[in-house]
Amino acid sequence: MSIQTTTTQPDDRAVATEPMVRPVPLAAPRPSGPAAAAVLAAGIGSFTLGLMVVLSEASAAVGAALTWSAAVGPLSGKTGVTVLVWLVAWLALGLAWKGRDVDFGKVWTATLVLIVLGFLGTFPLFFDLFAAG
Amino acid sequence: MELTLREFWTVIHGMGLGALFLLAFAGGLAGLWSLRSELVTAGGVRERLPRLEVGTWVMAVVAWLTVVSGTYLVYPWYRAKVPTSPRSILLADPSRAEWHNFGMEWKEHVAWLAPILATAVAYVVIYYGPRLAHEPRIRKALIVLFVLAFAAAGVAGVFGAFINKVAPTA
Repeated sequence: MSIQTTTTQPDDRAVATEPMVRPVPLAAPRPSGPAAAAVLAAGIGSFTLGLMVVLSEASAAVGAALTWSAAVGPLSGKTGVTVLVWLVAWLALGLAWKGRDVDFGKVWTATLVLIVLGFLGTFPLFFDLFAAG
Repeated sequence: MELTLREFWTVIHGMGLGALFLLAFAGGLAGLWSLRSELVTAGGVRERLPRLEVGTWVMAVVAWLTVVSGTYLVYPWYRAKVPTSPRSILLADPSRAEWHNFGMEWKEHVAWLAPILATAVAYVVIYYGPRLAHEPRIRKALIVLFVLAFAAAGVAGVFGAFINKVAPTA
């Protein structure tokens, strides 16, 4: 789309100037819900991993229950539960927030807290505090 | 110049997939950082976006391949209950035990945060498309997630390299 503009010369003559080109309009804004769902689900998944590590250290029974593969040991269940919870959370939040705008600020704050806890839970000096026996 | 099967897959896991993720991070970060309406024209956004979309999804896939190959291929060899496994070798020497008790215990868990965070970034990049240039709050959140994914992968990569140096998976 272009608009022909004119300018006034010192002798009051109106002359045509270069056409003014408008930038291409953007697509309509997208609701923040689906993006927030993906972000928060990542936080929930991160937290779940930290939690699984701590629980596995705290309880031999939990560690045994998380041994889904003998070759891999409890790590198989810790990460397996993590991935399952992450995907279910993403699906549930995605459906709940589909087409909606949500308070991304609050979602982001919650996500950061969950991720920090997840990192903390995977840190040996932390989860060793909960080691059984 | 031969590699055993275990050495081969350890190289694929660490120096192939893991290194690829870490190296691609710089490009992805630059792409996210510069995708701003005040810095790039609409044409520039259209030019850069496909690269960012492909790049973030490739990184997410590579991160998943890295953790899965590490957990289900290399890790079983590492932790095998035989005296010659890297884990057994490290724990048998008090001066090297912390490479396992701290290094490996941290690496094997924290690494899994990388693909989860990277996937969230890739999805949101695709979801917003060119509008991402006009969503500074979302873009900043993605940058943070991206950096955290890199941090997780970086810890895993560093300890993986050192542990394999101290007690190789041969």
